[in-house]
Amino acid sequence: MKTMRIMAIAAATFCAAGAVQAQEPLKIGMITTLSGPAGYLGLDIRDAFQLAIDMQGGKLGGVPVQVLVEDDGLKPGQGKQISEKFMKTDKVKLLTGIVFSNVALAVVPDVLEDGGIYVSPNAGPSNLAGKECHANYYVVSWQNDSLHESAGSNANNLGYKKAFILAPNYPAGKDALEGFKRTFKGEVIGEVFTKLDQNDFAAEIAQIRAAKPDFIFQFHPGGAGIAFLRQYQQAGLLEQIPMVVPSPSMDAVTLKAIGDAAIGVNVSAQWNSDFDNPANKAFVEAWTKKYNRPITYYASQGYDTALAIGAALKGTGGKVDDAKAFRTAMMKADFVSVRGNFKFGNNQHPVQDWYSMKVVKGADGAPIIKTNGKISSNTGDFYAKDCKL
Amino acid sequence: MTLVLEQLLNGLQLGVMLFLLAAGLTLVFGIMGVINLAHGSLYMVGAYAAALAAKITGSFLLAIPAGLAAGGLTGMAVEYLVIRHLYGRDHLDQVLATFGLILFFNQTIILLFGRQPLFVQIPPALSGAVDLGLFPYPAYRLCIIAAGLLIAVGLYFLIQRTRLGMLVRAGATHREMVQALGVDIRLLYTIVFGLGALLAGFAGLMAGPLFSVQVGMGEQILILTFVVVVIGGLGSVAGAFWGALLVGLVDTSLRAFLPQILRGMMAGSEADALASGISAMGVYLLMALVLLIKPKGLFPGHA
Repeated sequence: MKTMRIMAIAAATFCAAGAVQAQEPLKIGMITTLSGPAGYLGLDIRDAFQLAIDMQGGKLGGVPVQVLVEDDGLKPGQGKQISEKFMKTDKVKLLTGIVFSNVALAVVPDVLEDGGIYVSPNAGPSNLAGKECHANYYVVSWQNDSLHESAGSNANNLGYKKAFILAPNYPAGKDALEGFKRTFKGEVIGEVFTKLDQNDFAAEIAQIRAAKPDFIFQFHPGGAGIAFLRQYQQAGLLEQIPMVVPSPSMDAVTLKAIGDAAIGVNVSAQWNSDFDNPANKAFVEAWTKKYNRPITYYASQGYDTALAIGAALKGTGGKVDDAKAFRTAMMKADFVSVRGNFKFGNNQHPVQDWYSMKVVKGADGAPIIKTNGKISSNTGDFYAKDCKL
Repeated sequence: MTLVLEQLLNGLQLGVMLFLLAAGLTLVFGIMGVINLAHGSLYMVGAYAAALAAKITGSFLLAIPAGLAAGGLTGMAVEYLVIRHLYGRDHLDQVLATFGLILFFNQTIILLFGRQPLFVQIPPALSGAVDLGLFPYPAYRLCIIAAGLLIAVGLYFLIQRTRLGMLVRAGATHREMVQALGVDIRLLYTIVFGLGALLAGFAGLMAGPLFSVQVGMGEQILILTFVVVVIGGLGSVAGAFWGALLVGLVDTSLRAFLPQILRGMMAGSEADALASGISAMGVYLLMALVLLIKPKGLFPGHA
């Protein structure tokens, strides 16, 4: 009798489990930076990713999905722990979300080795773009260097000759200075590596004043960039020595923080909120309606990443177990990017257009980032040639 | 030469900022024997309160009392509710509890203000740069140096010349004796903790317009503050002062001058990478060196 009862309970449990299984949404693991000075970067990626899901009625490419979000706190070790938990405990196969390259470098190789698929909405470190490119690793944002190559070209176009360049001492910071120097044709008269968690730049700013360059190029994502710009302005240098920056040093949040002082700063990016295409207009409108806060590059990348994943899921009918089929569907990039032209190169990093922008006074008096024109079209990245995929 | 002077001023400014935090930390440790990891959270609370007050009233002058009050009152509440139960406990318990407080404060701030950083405009009178003859220097940073030095002098008088200061000094060196003499040690503890929190709140409100006000800002500066306290000697306010200036000057000078020095010896990019590595370690090397020569710090509080 007792055995029967246990059997019955077991059977009932199995039935229930089976029923749940059928409706179980596909789990996507998101590891991102939500705390600390750069917390708003991950926040925008997370919210835009969720926005894309909401706009498709809780689905991506017709497949119900559930996003598990964890904060890496900009710590590579923490990121690694989360990815292990996602893959082993939650049985997640598809991961995304990492903002910072040092975290990505700690997490991504192991995820790929364990048979996972990773789609990057931001970090695109050079180490993973060339020889060590991987069939299950996709980057929707950019390869790190491209951001800074576009800034270098922008500086050439603006006619500047003598540069002073700064970036934090971490993988993406090194990519930044390398990338800038690759395209900049003038002379680099000063080069400084700052600390990744630095927020006081008085010592560096004094060096810039003494070096008297034509312009400075600086890459400081998140809160550090805001601190740098404000202190640069307080030192009275913003009017004297202009600034050419890649998008992470001047996003909508940075701009709101700096205010009018930022007018005149030259920016280069692959996306801007004023892009005049239907996909972007719908995105900006939905974002403003739901979140009503400044919209950043990170948000656009999080949104595009969700769309890219959605396109791939549509192609495979929601399956992620067959990495080959997922890859075939993903590489088609069958979605309308808010940035306009988008396709994947052979190393599964974007081939896209780059634009030059400038901070100007907007119609209502508040400063805005205004797109001026293209810097380059259909641009891949420097490392693609080393990738044998 | 002007560059050297400017960098010395930068170092001094960083040092003064560190002193405001280290003074409270060292007092709390010296007198109560509590390691307070949540000291950085009080700095953050001060910064947020000031940012909020400045936003609502539009006046930086009104932000000052708001930041001070928030820092001091939060500190006293924390002492009354949490720290008070930790005096007899092991340092490990204290670290655990105050670490919990960090998480608590960070999450509370996220709930109240969100993750996007807040910004405080510098009061217009101080927003520009002052021409010091040789070079222009941001007026606001000069103001921080002046305020910090004034507070250092004020603390010196408070501790050396007043009755409260006498109790504080006695509490730092002969804790049991002070208790035995019938001093209301609980009240003294709350006041000292509140004073430390007040200074942390002041540092926070001064930092607001310079950096961005954000969750986690306290932890960034807390590590350097601990270095200062260890170098200066646990429990010594004078030690905190000289330690802070030393750390500020060494950190700034290494960042400012090491790249040029190394560039004279090796290739540019190698020199830059090495210099940034060494300057990131610099203050910790300094701490190790001080501990090697004077294991109790430069000005040990417990004789």
